[in-house]
Amino acid sequence: MIRFDAVSKKYPNGTNAVDDLSLEFPEGGITVLVGPSGCGKTTTLRMANRMVEPTTGTVSLRGRDIREVDAPELRRGIGYVIQHAGLFPHRTVLDNIATVPLLLGWGRKKARARAAELLELVGLPGEMAKRYPYQLSGGQQQRVGVARALGADPPVLLMDEPFSAVDPIVRGELQAEFIRLQKELHKTIVFVTHDIDEAIKLGDNIAVFQTGGILAQFDTPERLLARPADEFVADFVGRDRGIRRLSFVNAADVPLRDGPVLPDTTSVPEVRAGSADKPWVLVVDTDRRPLGWAAVAELPDSGTLADATLIPLGHTFSLVGDSGRAALDAALLSPSGLAVAVDGAGAVVGVTDAQELAAAMARDDAARDETVTDEAVTGEAAASAVVTGDGGTATRAVMSDE
Amino acid sequence: MSDGEPLVRWDWIGDHVGELAHYTGVHLQLGLLPVLFGLIISVPLGMLCHRWRWLYPPTLTVANVLYSIPSLALFMIFVRYTGLTEQTVMIPLTLYTLSVLVPNVVDGLASVPEPVRQAATAMGFTAVRRVVQVELPIAVPVVVAGVRVAAVSSISLVAVGQLIGQGGLGYYITRGLQLDFPTPIVTATVLIMLLALVTDAVLVLAQRLLTPWAQDRGKTA
Amino acid sequence: MNDFLSQVRLVADWLTSSQQWQGAEGIPQRLLEHLTYSGLSLLFAALIGLSLGLLVGHTGRGAFAVASVANLARSIPTFGLVVLVVTVVGLSTTPVLIALIALAVPPILINTFEGVRGVDPDARDAARGMGMTGWEVLLRVEVPMALPLILLGLRVAAIQVVATATVAAYPGLGGLGRFIVDGLARNDYELVIGGSAVVVVLALVVQVVFTALRRVIVSPGLRASAARS
Repeated sequence: MIRFDAVSKKYPNGTNAVDDLSLEFPEGGITVLVGPSGCGKTTTLRMANRMVEPTTGTVSLRGRDIREVDAPELRRGIGYVIQHAGLFPHRTVLDNIATVPLLLGWGRKKARARAAELLELVGLPGEMAKRYPYQLSGGQQQRVGVARALGADPPVLLMDEPFSAVDPIVRGELQAEFIRLQKELHKTIVFVTHDIDEAIKLGDNIAVFQTGGILAQFDTPERLLARPADEFVADFVGRDRGIRRLSFVNAADVPLRDGPVLPDTTSVPEVRAGSADKPWVLVVDTDRRPLGWAAVAELPDSGTLADATLIPLGHTFSLVGDSGRAALDAALLSPSGLAVAVDGAGAVVGVTDAQELAAAMARDDAARDETVTDEAVTGEAAASAVVTGDGGTATRAVMSDE
Repeated sequence: MSDGEPLVRWDWIGDHVGELAHYTGVHLQLGLLPVLFGLIISVPLGMLCHRWRWLYPPTLTVANVLYSIPSLALFMIFVRYTGLTEQTVMIPLTLYTLSVLVPNVVDGLASVPEPVRQAATAMGFTAVRRVVQVELPIAVPVVVAGVRVAAVSSISLVAVGQLIGQGGLGYYITRGLQLDFPTPIVTATVLIMLLALVTDAVLVLAQRLLTPWAQDRGKTA
Repeated sequence: MNDFLSQVRLVADWLTSSQQWQGAEGIPQRLLEHLTYSGLSLLFAALIGLSLGLLVGHTGRGAFAVASVANLARSIPTFGLVVLVVTVVGLSTTPVLIALIALAVPPILINTFEGVRGVDPDARDAARGMGMTGWEVLLRVEVPMALPLILLGLRVAAIQVVATATVAAYPGLGGLGRFIVDGLARNDYELVIGGSAVVVVLALVVQVVFTALRRVIVSPGLRASAARS
């Protein structure tokens, strides 16, 4: 869809914003450009709609060199979202969204009807249409920014840190909404961020840039976490990348064992007899829904488990929809060290612990290595980007940022 | 102007150096004292408007209305009370400066970053000391920008005061017209421009010395 | 206070006497002259100030030159310029127009330039990114957003021009300044104050017209942020 061929951008003052970049952005997917400030990620994005012209190399869209297209015409066919939305303060929300359709000469009525549709699509109530940007919150402005970019239904969207200027809670909402939208729209999206978490959350593919406009690695999020190409990438994705990788392990693939699960109707002597060597038992109701953990040593002398003092579970993880990361978290919070897996109805299926999760991840890696060899990753770029000498400086700069 | 009369007769200027210097001094005084008085009124007034925002719109309206009264008309109104004296020229000029100075004092105070204000309060500044030692110094660049505009237009307006006999270098303008002799008119006009430009330059320099921390020279209205 | 009241009465008498409202020396004729000087010079000043201000603001080039020229023009004493031009080229409307244009250009130029340059860079970036051409960015984004400041510049210029046009009377031209200058020469205080009152009213009308204009043509989306009037 969008293809960069040996693209470099040098500024007159001698700085290299982007250095010999060759990259293909897959159609219908979100490609995230991530890296520390000054790494050329925004310059790269802006070269895709000729807001910045490359010094050397070519950028092509659907096989056509974009320099052959008149810049304004090119841009009208590409959605553009920026950090502070850049809404026009003198136009209502509706007219902001209708900007590109009007530029394309759609006629006011049709453009407004389209804008109203988009307003709804990005989850804003219809009565916002007549408001002016200053009457909106930061998050709402950003939604309008996205709606405006979708104005003429462009196949490609360029998004430059669109969610960076809002608070973390709103950011989370916008990201979730964005994922939902993309499932519906299947746009080809280039997304710039400096936040590796956001990159991993949203990206189908991630390009990690390092200072000087060098592409350090281009990969799927899973592979980026499992196999960072070099020291720089490893440091950039963070010390906790091991835990993050569990996000990509499906909870359903986590190995489970039965564990000490007993209904609350079980009598205490029965428990003592059956689980004498176990410090904890998981008490469930008649539908096998978990009630809590009971410490075997502290059980009353008689009665059933229903009479025992139960310690709350922390939380369970669901085989439907949760990831290995939720499982690990459940294990760490559980008093017994065991994470409780439940099915869609909330009934206990089994338990697992942190060690078993680690082992599962190692097996997952091994399995992936077998399939990976001929995946079309831009191996050359990644290999040429391996830094030796001053990788450490860049890394420190990144760390001090955080 | 009679044919063959040059625009400037240099010998006339040579003959009148002493007199020109005298009128230049008078002109400077008539032009700049009103700016000083205007500042004395505007700083407290601007502080009040900053403290109580509701005061600001009516104050600004009054200043703008005063500004819209033609200088000649205002001079005439004051002639009745203060006669054909210097005050009759300086009072209107003082009133004119308000429409530039008051907004710039208010904007200047508004330009003080909120964290700075809060830090000062947290360190135990009283309200008055905070305004005098922290906020006013930070407001200086914006206030000076206003003073520059006020000073330049005040110096240029003084000449009109000649119609009531108090115009500084304006004296040569009316004199030249009566004699149909352009040299004094050109001389006076150029001198007035020079006075304005030099004053402006001095103000810029003074502000640089006064606020070595400011990177921007503030905004002009 | 009594003195002030008697002044008001004098002016009222003068304004209401029928002879002031007819003939070549009457208020309507003088007002027309005054409006002609003011209107024409404002028109030319706006043409110069707006086009230059938009050009420099949009391209970002020549900012220093514009500031210098405006500063220089601001320092010209209008009174001196009117009298000088009359002395050199003779008594006609031209000297008044030249002087008034020189007076009106700086505020229009500076405010237009500052208004366009001050447009939120994000809005400008978004406009270009969505595919607006240079002209579209200027006309659909920069001008509407700079409008509050542009109007402010035009208003300041208009008020200065209306007020200063009185000076034209001194070297013998028409306009409302005639009453003031003649009154002064004849020691006719009634005439001086009456003429002044008409000019003040005219200046206030200009003020009101611009306030109304602002209401009508500035987007409500901008009014909240641009509080300075």
